[in-house]
Amino acid sequence: MENKQTPLGYVSFSVFAWIVGLLIFFPIFWMVLTSFKTELEAVSIPPSFISFDWTFENYAEVQERSNYFKFAMNSVILAVGSTLVGLVFAVTCAWAMAFNPTKRTKDALLWMLSTKMMPPVGVLVPIYLVFRDWGLLDTRFGLIMVLFLMNLPIMVWMLYTYFKEIPTDILEAARMDGATLPKEIIFVLLPMAVPGIASTMLLNVILAWNEAFWTLNLTTSDAAPLTAFIASYSSPEGLFWAKLSAASTLAVAPILVIGWFSQKQLVRGLTFGAVK
Amino acid sequence: MGAIRLEKVKKTFGTLDVIPGVDLDINDGEFVVFVGPSGCGKSTLLRLIAGLEDVTDGKILIDGTDVANEPPAKRGLSMVFQSYALYPHMTVYNNIAFGLKMAGESKDVIDEKVQSAAKILNLTDYLERRPGALSGGQRQRVAIGRAIVRNPAAFLFDEPLSNLDAALRVNMRLEITGLHQELKTTMIYVTHDQVEAMTMADKIVVLQAGRVEQVGKPMELYSQPANKFVAGFIGSPKMNFLGGEIANRYDCHEIGIRPEHITVSTDQGDIPATVKIAEHLGAETYLHVEADGHGPMTVRATGEVPLGEHDKIFLTPEQDRIHRFDAQGLALRST
Repeated sequence: MENKQTPLGYVSFSVFAWIVGLLIFFPIFWMVLTSFKTELEAVSIPPSFISFDWTFENYAEVQERSNYFKFAMNSVILAVGSTLVGLVFAVTCAWAMAFNPTKRTKDALLWMLSTKMMPPVGVLVPIYLVFRDWGLLDTRFGLIMVLFLMNLPIMVWMLYTYFKEIPTDILEAARMDGATLPKEIIFVLLPMAVPGIASTMLLNVILAWNEAFWTLNLTTSDAAPLTAFIASYSSPEGLFWAKLSAASTLAVAPILVIGWFSQKQLVRGLTFGAVK
Repeated sequence: MGAIRLEKVKKTFGTLDVIPGVDLDINDGEFVVFVGPSGCGKSTLLRLIAGLEDVTDGKILIDGTDVANEPPAKRGLSMVFQSYALYPHMTVYNNIAFGLKMAGESKDVIDEKVQSAAKILNLTDYLERRPGALSGGQRQRVAIGRAIVRNPAAFLFDEPLSNLDAALRVNMRLEITGLHQELKTTMIYVTHDQVEAMTMADKIVVLQAGRVEQVGKPMELYSQPANKFVAGFIGSPKMNFLGGEIANRYDCHEIGIRPEHITVSTDQGDIPATVKIAEHLGAETYLHVEADGHGPMTVRATGEVPLGEHDKIFLTPEQDRIHRFDAQGLALRST
């Protein structure tokens, strides 16, 4: 593809991209900055940019008031747990759809995706009642189930597009070589789909980490992840911007770091199959 | 042992009869080639034998046991795919060893078998490489290696040479023939290339639209084709078919005469014709001519023939090489 761009066009595109990038980044930047201010400076108008008294007070206070590591551990367990459980179902489901499709496979795929379009609040009451009756409220197990079911359609879709790229011949060769179905999947399909599985897992960890609706509604303390940790700072005692910022920074930091290092994988995962 | 027998094997996809019902006997140790045009069902038939497709009806007997409902792994067959279908994430060694590992062989046995297969196929130096670092011919050898270590009842080849360039194809053809002579295992080989069929087969099965048109030794098919389809498919360049007055003379609907069984003369003969294109290959010359009253014909003359466009010539078919066909296209045997 020949790219015939004039220098002016190139510059204006770059400027535009930078503006969009900074716009998206600014709230995160401001959040981090605010977390180092005192509560008074955090709400002062005009806001101070760099020239304020930098303080770690908020972080210390946040950790003192609520146990950050307990929430963080819950976030890790929920994100990783729901992703691993999801993977078991999604791999088998995507295998069936990619290699043994029927006339209705495409419809089933679309239907699965369409469930993501329904607002979750629509099923809040029934799910809440089920959780209450089965004693799943505020349990990690219950939340892992909900998060995995919420993200399953996306996992199946991503893995399906990856599996579609794998030649059926190779799986048939494994069958001729005497591999049973589980062995065919474990020794041949999965190793070939490692990049796809990695990006699927990554995206799901991020989605589960950031999920706030179900985690806030179905937990109180035992199973509460970082989303609940943040929410606890928008309290009825009044707004404490600096502490809220410190809590938020602590909550998003791990996933931001993971996301930063795995950008390439993620972009490839999301656009895979789109070009070929 | 590897005697394979198909009894009324049928395959339908939805309402489409891909294989309406095939009966076939393949003897132990035989090299059988399925040949036919694209879409004739030859690959489907092979996949039915392999177990990669389910038969709709009929029996597949391997050494007397019906395996039609067994999974591929239980049939004791090996297959070489057109695309090689190597496991890209494994080394050559592990590719060849995979089937043995699945069968639960011990490490020592696996190593011994892989090494000996690698030796036969000249792959010893490449055992630690991945398939991506091999040439097409080497990949094909790995695929064959993977097939032979399992010591199968029969080898199935699905157009294994069509991804190779012409020179390599001739080499691999000879290698596979050599391998068959060495192993003496039953081989079923699918190709659309009648040259491969003629040169490699003990027995050729010509298929069209899922039906077996003729089964026989290569030279039988060449000299006694059962019908017009086989006559036209086997042999290159294709047989010429002539109808009308000349066919009446032989008491049939149409006669067939191979390009190599026509004598060319510049002064006299049965059929006057005009040369359109002359292809000079050195050892032989292909003349594409327009025969008066018969349309285009092809003639194969030995050696260099000093003829070119617009030259008037006369063609005379060799009398004892004429094939006669009835209105249905079936061959009429001379009585």
